[in-house]
Amino acid sequence: MNNRPGRGPMGRGMGPIEKPKNFGASIKKLIKYNRPFYVTIIIALILSMFSSILAIIGPDKLKDITNIISEGLMTTIDLNRIRGVALILIGFYVFSFIFNYTQSVLMAIVTNKFAKKMRAEISAKINKIPLSYFDKTTVGDILSRVTNDIDTISQTMNQSLGTLASSATMFIGSIFMMFKTNWIMAMTAILSSFIGFMFMGLILKRSQKYFGAVQSGLGNLNGHIEEVFSGLNVVKVYNAKNEVNMEFDEINNKLFSDNKKSQFYSGLMMPLMGFVGNFGYVAVCIVGATLALNNHISFGVIVAFMIYVRLFTQPLNQIAQSMNQLQSTAAASERAFEFLEVEEMADESHKKNYLKRTDVKGIIEFKNVKFGYDDDKLIIKNFSAKAKSGQKIAIVGPTGAGKTTIVNLLMKFYDVNEGNILIDKVPIKELSRENIHNLFVMVLQDTWLFEGTIAENIRYNQKNVSDERIEEVCKVVGLHHFIQTLPNGYNTVLGDMESLSSGQKQLLTIARGMIKDSPFLILDEATSSVDTRTELLVQEAMDKLTKGRTSFIIAHRLSTIKNANLILVLNEGNIVEQGTHEELLEQNGFYAELYNSQFQNADVEC
Amino acid sequence: MLKMIKNLNKKDYSLILFSFIFIIAQVWLDLKLPDFMAEITKLVQTPGSQMRDILIQGSYMLACALGSLFSAFVVGYCAAHVGSSFGKTLRKKIFDKTLDFNMEEIKKFSTSSLITRNTNDVTQVQTFIIMGMQVLIKAPIMAVWAISKIANKGFEFSIITAIGVSVVLFTIFSLIIFVFPKFKRIQILTDNLNRITRENLNGIRVIRAFNAEDFQTGRFEKANLELTNTHLFIQKSMSIMGPMMTLVMTGISLAIYWVGAYLINGADMMEKLELFGNMVVFSSYAIQVIMSFMMLVLIFVIYPRASVSAKRINEILDTDIQIKDGETKQTSKDLEGVVEFKNVSFQYPDAEEPIIHNISFKANKGETVAFIGSTGSGKSTLINLIPRFYDATEGEVLVDGINVKDMTLEALYNKIGYIPQKAVMFKGTVNNNISFGTTSNGKPNHATIKKAIEIAQGKEFVEKMSKKYNSEISQGGTNISGGQKQRLSIARAIARNPEIYIFDDTFSALDYKTDFELRKALKQHTNNSTIFIVAQRIGTIKESDKIVVLDEGKCVGIGTHSELLNTCEVYRQIASSQLSKEELANE
Repeated sequence: MNNRPGRGPMGRGMGPIEKPKNFGASIKKLIKYNRPFYVTIIIALILSMFSSILAIIGPDKLKDITNIISEGLMTTIDLNRIRGVALILIGFYVFSFIFNYTQSVLMAIVTNKFAKKMRAEISAKINKIPLSYFDKTTVGDILSRVTNDIDTISQTMNQSLGTLASSATMFIGSIFMMFKTNWIMAMTAILSSFIGFMFMGLILKRSQKYFGAVQSGLGNLNGHIEEVFSGLNVVKVYNAKNEVNMEFDEINNKLFSDNKKSQFYSGLMMPLMGFVGNFGYVAVCIVGATLALNNHISFGVIVAFMIYVRLFTQPLNQIAQSMNQLQSTAAASERAFEFLEVEEMADESHKKNYLKRTDVKGIIEFKNVKFGYDDDKLIIKNFSAKAKSGQKIAIVGPTGAGKTTIVNLLMKFYDVNEGNILIDKVPIKELSRENIHNLFVMVLQDTWLFEGTIAENIRYNQKNVSDERIEEVCKVVGLHHFIQTLPNGYNTVLGDMESLSSGQKQLLTIARGMIKDSPFLILDEATSSVDTRTELLVQEAMDKLTKGRTSFIIAHRLSTIKNANLILVLNEGNIVEQGTHEELLEQNGFYAELYNSQFQNADVEC
Repeated sequence: MLKMIKNLNKKDYSLILFSFIFIIAQVWLDLKLPDFMAEITKLVQTPGSQMRDILIQGSYMLACALGSLFSAFVVGYCAAHVGSSFGKTLRKKIFDKTLDFNMEEIKKFSTSSLITRNTNDVTQVQTFIIMGMQVLIKAPIMAVWAISKIANKGFEFSIITAIGVSVVLFTIFSLIIFVFPKFKRIQILTDNLNRITRENLNGIRVIRAFNAEDFQTGRFEKANLELTNTHLFIQKSMSIMGPMMTLVMTGISLAIYWVGAYLINGADMMEKLELFGNMVVFSSYAIQVIMSFMMLVLIFVIYPRASVSAKRINEILDTDIQIKDGETKQTSKDLEGVVEFKNVSFQYPDAEEPIIHNISFKANKGETVAFIGSTGSGKSTLINLIPRFYDATEGEVLVDGINVKDMTLEALYNKIGYIPQKAVMFKGTVNNNISFGTTSNGKPNHATIKKAIEIAQGKEFVEKMSKKYNSEISQGGTNISGGQKQRLSIARAIARNPEIYIFDDTFSALDYKTDFELRKALKQHTNNSTIFIVAQRIGTIKESDKIVVLDEGKCVGIGTHSELLNTCEVYRQIASSQLSKEELANE
């Protein structure tokens, strides 16, 4: 009788149940996490029990009415008594309605507040986790925790908790009432339903298996399609359509047969439920009639039992479903908590040392820096270098040499395993990350812009930046004219208008860097996604950016760093050479080889 | 949706017809059941009835229930079969269709959307069909039949049921009108939250470098609040459903008994017993009627979703394939390896201006032709006309003297070795990846594969892998580096031993040294093949036989490196941005 929203009347909401690794632990955490909502949840659960109790007593009263009618069937019916009972019943039903509804609303409020809190905490958590964590996880994985998993938790919690409380009450209550009314009938009802439930259990198990197979089949299909579509040109030109089709058919056929089975079995559930109900009904009627004929019971008892059978069979099914839902809740919350429990970056509130942006001279020194995720697998082996105020330092080397890692260490995104990095002779260990970040301007290869206006993107989190200053900067990097041609100028929202070229995006991030008036600059492959002619523009803008700042430049194209004060050539985590462009060419070593290979002819003779 | 239904075949229709019979049987049995119930009731009430009669009626009732269960089994099986086979056919059709798409069509839908359409959307439609066969056909039959059964069993009872039905319908329709639109909103808000989180994750280094964590949190909180509030509105509104249904169902029973008491009291002696039986039966039929109306309403819930999915699927199936297969299979031997562009222009369908403008050049057998120009100059688009990823809107592209449009795609592709800018790897072994596809000579043998990898400078790293040539490559090649992927992708082309190589900006992903070594080895191996190279680095293309310089879709210069340095301003600009003055002067 407790038809909850969100579940089809066909009871098809039986996807594969994801099993948590540790059900008890996750549920415990979930309960702890819900502490602020305890009072509301308990009220909701009590309400739901009350409404169940009312729903159970109801048939008993309905039985009274039938009895009164049959008593007076051949004479006169005591209508006053019937009115009395009916009014009580109306009261029951109305209260049951109110309890039920209030319970639902309360649970909705709790679960949504809960979901909101959890989403917020996961989002905030992203900011507290060391960067190295994100090297090992995918964006999709974290995204699915923020949305899918939390949605699953809130939805299943909403449905399962209330249902569980009311179903359990109803189940126990109806057994109690049945035995109270007539034990022979009660045994009949329970036994006849029980056989049906055994069958249902068997079918449920089978259908779960095939649902799982369907899910993994869909996953395979997904992977195959993604692979083929993203490489479609290659598939075509290599005449591989047949090959690809054969694999598709294989997956598709398997999916068809699993799907058929899972749908068939799950489709059986409802009719079977109906049959169990009917079977109980007949059993109750026959046994009841036998008893009634022998004058052991009144006819009203049969009517009441007809309803008890329904009240009794329903909660069992619902309890089974709620338990499954709780499994999904546990599995989803396990993932969410796993993320929330990731070790955070060290607290830095106690660090008293502070370098003011305006007072910094601009000297950076690396002293025997060693870094690796594991101590035995060092990425940076022994790095020492010194940058004087206002110098331009270039870091070059093949992919995987550790160039970007150096920058990440400097920004304190990673902590060094050994050695020291000093800013104005202060070890960065003694400075807070916030302080260090304040001292740096950073422009990266992947131009990161968010959905917001151009002005917002340039002003990004810097206070007291006037519109005039933004325009000024845009003029310097050569964007002003372009922005003026946009429909809303500086207030054009980026995102629905994707017509910015990669060069323009890069110029925007440079403008953003200029606004932030910091003594140090990091350019990490900032021009490699830009074609060479646009690069000239970007290069020009970057040269302006480096003026007066101690700069670290990582570059793929060696032509861009020829005028650096110092070039550090990195290979496999070590500095293999250092010096100016000319010095390094003269050494005719690794750098010279790297540099010259861009001009060599591949003619056979050479 | 209707159009979609046309995809059902004869066998499906006969199964549907077959299950239709069983649905009617099921409804008949379900409705017959209360008749026996009434009989039993009557028997129990009449003094002097035989237990035997009750047992007979009881077994009839049980037979009805069993028959109904059996019918449900049959219908369920037919529905599962028809629905699943429909889903299978649909998936195959979509997949076949998309294989013929060109890049532009893929881009129009986006790969992720194509995947969703082939999986989620098909599942939606499939569910609709399966549900439809079981519920949607049954519900109206049930409703009409049940109503007709009780229509003559008491006017007052009918009124009560009608009131119950209208309360249920009113509740559901108000929810559909007021709450359902919010579901769409939820989707938008979820996407919004996802976007901000994605931004946070992608920009994590920038955000930290700017100490902008709080700024981002503010943005997230705003989206979070909006999403939560909308969710809350929906759930609060939907909360009315369950309690309301319970209220109506229990209320109807009560009302029928209450009113029944008055009716029986006022009736003649003879009618009393019949009225009593009717009352009991009515209370259970009334529930059937309400249930079937609720199921009918399901149409309004499932149909829109399935219909949207069907529309999205039809969008794919109705797309006109732009690249039509040609007919010529044989090409003349004399012109083998010759590629000629004759006044070729290309314009995207919705674009205002052509992206490629009247370009002509000829590549002879064994020549290397390179294309250079800034981003958006059309160099990639231009060479994509050879393998017909697009078709020239004007002029013609001739391969071996025949217009590519007239050649069968298979024959054309057998001549071509194409290497895209972004290397494509498939799940499977290194061997599988290199021998991918078919050529006119069948699959390459192991020696060919080994040689190809060696030329592509991949021998060293492949032989370092645990199972060498049988090592597994994961999907998208995530277990090897970008440069390694690119080398395997080049090896794949070499193993085909094609007449024509197309390097679509392939070398930019390699470091200068590998780039150089690779081109050197390639040159030795492929002196009979015609090579097209799109590149960004001057160094990559300097020694080509012909360099085509493109600027905004126009050809602004054709010639060798040294010729172009003297004659072509755009080329000189590109060169000077990459080479120093001395290096330029040395030329």
